[in-house]
Amino acid sequence: MSYLIQGETGDWEVVIGLEVHAQVISKAKLFSGAATDFGAEPNTQVSPVDAGMPGMLPVINETCVEQAVRTGLGLKAAINLTSVFARKNYFYADLPQGYQISQYEAPIVGEGTILLDLPDGSTRAVGIERLHLEQDAGKSLHDQHPSKSYIDLNRSGVALMEIVSKPDMRSPEEAGAYLKKLRSILRYLGTCDGNMEEGSMRCDCNVSVRPVGEAGYRTRCEIKNVNSVRFVMQAIEYEARRHIDVYEEGGTIQQETRLFDSAKGETRSMRSKEHAHDYRYFPDPDLLPLVLSPDFVANIEASLPELPDEKKERFMRDFALSPYDAGVLVADKATADFFETVARGRDAKMAANWVTGDFFAALNRSGRSIEDPPVTAANLGGLIDLIADNTISGRIAKEVFELMLETGKPPAVIVEEKGLKQVTDTGAIEGVIDTVLAQNADKVAEYKSGKDKLFGFFVGQVMKASQGKANPALVNELLKAKLG
Amino acid sequence: MSLDKATVRTIANLARIEVRDEELDHLAGELSNILHFVEQLSEVNTDGVEPMTSVAALELPRRADVVSDGNCRERILANAPEADDGFFLVPKVVE
Repeated sequence: MSYLIQGETGDWEVVIGLEVHAQVISKAKLFSGAATDFGAEPNTQVSPVDAGMPGMLPVINETCVEQAVRTGLGLKAAINLTSVFARKNYFYADLPQGYQISQYEAPIVGEGTILLDLPDGSTRAVGIERLHLEQDAGKSLHDQHPSKSYIDLNRSGVALMEIVSKPDMRSPEEAGAYLKKLRSILRYLGTCDGNMEEGSMRCDCNVSVRPVGEAGYRTRCEIKNVNSVRFVMQAIEYEARRHIDVYEEGGTIQQETRLFDSAKGETRSMRSKEHAHDYRYFPDPDLLPLVLSPDFVANIEASLPELPDEKKERFMRDFALSPYDAGVLVADKATADFFETVARGRDAKMAANWVTGDFFAALNRSGRSIEDPPVTAANLGGLIDLIADNTISGRIAKEVFELMLETGKPPAVIVEEKGLKQVTDTGAIEGVIDTVLAQNADKVAEYKSGKDKLFGFFVGQVMKASQGKANPALVNELLKAKLG
Repeated sequence: MSLDKATVRTIANLARIEVRDEELDHLAGELSNILHFVEQLSEVNTDGVEPMTSVAALELPRRADVVSDGNCRERILANAPEADDGFFLVPKVVE
């Protein structure tokens, strides 16, 4: 289903490209030996290089280079063996050098692809234009003083990967799916923690609209620094509507930078940036081109983990899961590992149902994380074993699961203590059936005169009389025989 | 390429250099001369020649990912015209 916006003059399509700034996981900064930990005391993680002191020279952190290459490989992208650092010049109080060291004409990573997992289980490919390495700026606080801004340079010089998509997305949902998938890949790779609240992943959205069927793109606006998936989707929806309204009233859209106000749910122009767009890029004379050997890239490629797409394929193949179930389970690596522990050697479909159903619900209710789950994978697997070998029925299993949550005890212990073991002794079940049939002689007569629907009633009564412990398959079989 | 006064004013603004109006003519001429001088290089045919990025036959030196610097706030803030509570203080920059 394509996403179209109805206007006065007809249907409109929205065109979206995203630029994501992902903070590289490294101990030290891109060009200095200062630490990168989040939340340190202001200006305690600043070297003279990061403070832009005269005469300081940048020396590149090899791990940051590896992380960028690893990310490029994870995005199935071309790795450029020669890339060049350039200076992007602008003045701002939290940019002490007066320029950001970035990559312009020759980025370290070229074109790649991300596969979006859409809610209906289908996938859609979105192109990656490029990935380049650059320095982060410092942080400004504007609300500490009536006439001063407070500057903390701890973030200044931290390595970022700017990951630029092609304008391939056509709905806010696709933009959301792109961010989630990119975050998932970065976390699998261990190259960025993907934490949008702490700012280690930030998103700029390029949005334009066009009437359905029009070729070529219209003028786009860039919404800067949106910091959650939900806000990205809201900002795009608002901005697309704004463009359509302007066009339909006969106006034109000016290319500009805008801010998303999450409290009001709207975007507005950032006038202060209007004159700042002449960055006068030039190759940084302090840095030689970055030349990688094919071996360097090959070694990183050999060490890549199994990524979400491959894991999803494998889950669908080995466990016969639906694309949707497999997509849900692989989105987070810890969840995928949990599922695999539960599913290994067991009925995978049952394992998937338990993990995505009762277990996810319990996880949400408990407020705990998959790393510290309310029920361990081993115990959940044990519960499935008890269902599989007919020790308990599926219905009793739900009860046992709740007790596992409460007590943390293994399922076998709970079943033993509470006497929940399923009755598979045909003699005992026959006894219960006889009692039930004797108590409901009138219904038996009705059934025999052709009211077949009553069969379910008898099953229910027998299960109830056995406190849910009778094996349902046996009950069905024996009842049929008795009612003849 | 010759620069007009407006371009010189823009460049000065981008570089945050204050230039008085009466200096613009002179600067436009001087900057244009520099550009003309450098432009002579474009007379050389460089088709198929890789750009030379350095005169030194060096590779970009790399550092290991080790924390070896920072944790020197006093020194970092020592030259700041104004500081408070561990922060640099600058005239308010409002978005």
